Amino acid sequence: MSGPRSKLLLVGQRILHAVPALVGIVIITFLLTRALPGDPAAYFAGPTADAESIAQIRHNLGLDRSLPVQFVVYVRDLLHGDLGQSISTGQSVGHELMARLPASLELTLVALIVAIAIAVPLGILAATRPDSWVDHLCRFVVTLGVSLPTFFTGLALVYIFYYQLGWSPAPMGRLDILYASPAAITGFFTIDALLAGDFEIFKASVAQLVLPAVTLALFTLAPIARMTRASMLQVLASDFIRTARAAGLSRRKVLFTYAFGNAVLPVITTLGMVFSFVLGANVLVEKVFSWPGIGSFAVDALVSSDYAAVQGFVLTMAILFVALNLLVDVIYTLVDPRLSVPA
Amino acid sequence: MDRRTFLNAVVVSGAAGLLDVRGGAAAEDDTIVIAIGDTINSLDIQRSGSNRPAYQVAINAYDRLLAQGTVDDIYGTHSDYAKLRGELAESWDVAPDGLSVVFKLKPDAVFTDGTPVTADDVKWSFDRAVSIGGFPTQQFGIGKMTKPEQFSVIDPHTIKVTFPVGSKLSLPDFAVPLAIIYNSKVVKAHVTAADPWGAEYTHRNTAGSGAFHVERWDPGQQLVYIRNDHWKGGSVPAIRRAIIREIPSKSTRRALVERGDIHIDFDIGGKDAQELKASPKLKVASWPIVNVENVISLNVTFPPFQDRKVRQAVAWAVPYQQIFEQAAFGQGKAMFGAPGVPDSAVWPAAFPYKTDLDKAKALLAETAYKDGFTVPISIDLSTAEWSEPSALLVQESLGKIGITCTIDRIPGANWRTLALVQKKFPMIIDGFGGWLDTPDYYFFYTYTKGTLFNPAQYDNPEMAALVAKTMPMALNDPAYAPAVKRMIAIAIEDVPRIPLWQPALSSAMAKKVSGYESWFHRGVDARTLKLT
Repeated sequence: MSGPRSKLLLVGQRILHAVPALVGIVIITFLLTRALPGDPAAYFAGPTADAESIAQIRHNLGLDRSLPVQFVVYVRDLLHGDLGQSISTGQSVGHELMARLPASLELTLVALIVAIAIAVPLGILAATRPDSWVDHLCRFVVTLGVSLPTFFTGLALVYIFYYQLGWSPAPMGRLDILYASPAAITGFFTIDALLAGDFEIFKASVAQLVLPAVTLALFTLAPIARMTRASMLQVLASDFIRTARAAGLSRRKVLFTYAFGNAVLPVITTLGMVFSFVLGANVLVEKVFSWPGIGSFAVDALVSSDYAAVQGFVLTMAILFVALNLLVDVIYTLVDPRLSVPA
Repeated sequence: MDRRTFLNAVVVSGAAGLLDVRGGAAAEDDTIVIAIGDTINSLDIQRSGSNRPAYQVAINAYDRLLAQGTVDDIYGTHSDYAKLRGELAESWDVAPDGLSVVFKLKPDAVFTDGTPVTADDVKWSFDRAVSIGGFPTQQFGIGKMTKPEQFSVIDPHTIKVTFPVGSKLSLPDFAVPLAIIYNSKVVKAHVTAADPWGAEYTHRNTAGSGAFHVERWDPGQQLVYIRNDHWKGGSVPAIRRAIIREIPSKSTRRALVERGDIHIDFDIGGKDAQELKASPKLKVASWPIVNVENVISLNVTFPPFQDRKVRQAVAWAVPYQQIFEQAAFGQGKAMFGAPGVPDSAVWPAAFPYKTDLDKAKALLAETAYKDGFTVPISIDLSTAEWSEPSALLVQESLGKIGITCTIDRIPGANWRTLALVQKKFPMIIDGFGGWLDTPDYYFFYTYTKGTLFNPAQYDNPEMAALVAKTMPMALNDPAYAPAVKRMIAIAIEDVPRIPLWQPALSSAMAKKVSGYESWFHRGVDARTLKLT
């Protein structure tokens, strides 16, 4: 079978497989949000609401209609690309997600890059020198990363680098008050600033990114380093490495071409999982750094029984998850030596 | 260059105004930066779904006919319910029978687009409030305004409002945040069949005559006000621009104000207020909010609490002083330990209960529950900062008289539904406050059957009769004070609500900020702020 064609087929199959999953997600999130005990009408009726004003709000929100009718309206709007109106933030859910997703993506991506840059070399070194000081360092960093809650790490970094030393800019979101946000092209402030050729804003947005990204990186590097170490250990103990060594190949060649090439596969899978998990779960980091991201939006929406916002969030994350898994699979086929070595 | 050096450079060079770089919210000498913890979700207070933090837009970007005055005392400058002044009204005349009032508008008042404020705008705005439904309609109803026919235009600068019955709550109702006057020409241009009052437009745009208008709104991040140089509702603000920045984390806000990167940290918790009062770099304004109490509410439909003696036993077993110190951090006013039933008609009033476990045990021994019982204490997660330590202290203390408590933490939307709408919980710790500051108004909402803020489901015919009698009464009616005293005495005797303390609204600010005022609506009022 020829390579590119089979890959296209694979991608097509994956997308087809995702459709029933998405339909299921739409139904389940709709039902789950309705099953929440909270009543958004009571929540949003204002401080001195009585039964009448609550009923009025319920009518305005369309919540006095029967569940099947609400669902039909929801699906019809969805097919028109309308995710509904978030009542807690007063904006359309689509607009909120468009504005907040890039903020979260930018932060998460930078954090992951930082995490990979530290965790992968650390994992490899730890695997090649088991029980040495590098291995212990790796174990220490990993334990630290998973055991310190992110809000604590975040606050500690703010305390040291902003409050005490004054090196870091004020943790007031994506940009300091001095600057206006760059024209939105990608929604990533760093990239948009570069596209606009504005290095001052680029520098400012990078400065705002450093502390939250390091906080998140500390949290995410643990699974990556563990997985790198474990899979390297496994590969290094396998027969083909022994054969390669016996054939007198250089240590570098053995380690990077043969061992790491094989060990990287589970690491990529882990990366995909960590990425999608962190994207929605870095609420505490977002709160500490006033980052206008998607996680804090979702939690606030959940607390106030903001149906449309919760549904929109879950749906977006589901689509992202499917897309990411697809991407991981494709990368897999590209890097897997068993698949890429031409016959 | 960081903002501190930037600000200093601006001050030193005197170049304020020249540095409005990038068209963004550049910090200048006459720009004030205020951090709030919540998110502003609308620019229109009257739209259904607008949250409390959004009310400040009505204060800063709109005018009402009237406004409450202010008073200075040991709590700083704060609103004074006893005083009313004209905001858009130059004068007003209440008819001798109290059934109508005629307002004369300030002749030179203009909206931010330069067009004059007319009686037609007032009429349209009030028609909107009584028709749009939800909170505004309900609040106007309290002031006895329910129909558009009650508002009539006499001439372009005169409007008359009539009432079916006289009420002392009518005039103060013109000074609540949501009784705002819209630029009707502008809003009408954006009206649709589905949206007859243009709420979609006012949700995203302001159309008022206020001291500021909204220059920029990045939902979830910041709101920027810019001064209206032609404001007639009061003296034109000293600051040109106010940036309201949403910073969810309290710790981050505190770090920012201590470092001097923001001027005001608005609405801080009790702990920060207590600690920052000692800071040499900052000043803290802390004011017990009028007509607000944090209470333990005992549901009288829960079998043990059906017995008044059990409720009294609980009231004698609450560790008040500890709660006031560890949950309120001493901020606000203690509402316990009075020498006896108060002999004045002042509300909130401290109750005579204090911690006396022997008395509590003795009272409980007289009931069918002398061997104790189990009860869950429910708290609202969004008030956990003070309600959780309170609940833990109550749990510990009630354990000593044989009442076993568990603690349930309920998230926001569920809280309103379960605690206030369905009134399901046997015992909750919660607060209630009224914008209109009269005792009968408080008793109406919290001690009469069927109202939202009576989670105790308390129902006493004498109390209900007294509320019904006092609500239409004038404050100077000779029968008013005795009736209020009786209501307070019943509240103490029956004790369905155990007052803990009157909470404070506290803010920390840089020393150079002056003109800060605390308001009954608990929102930011940027109009009087100065940087010196």
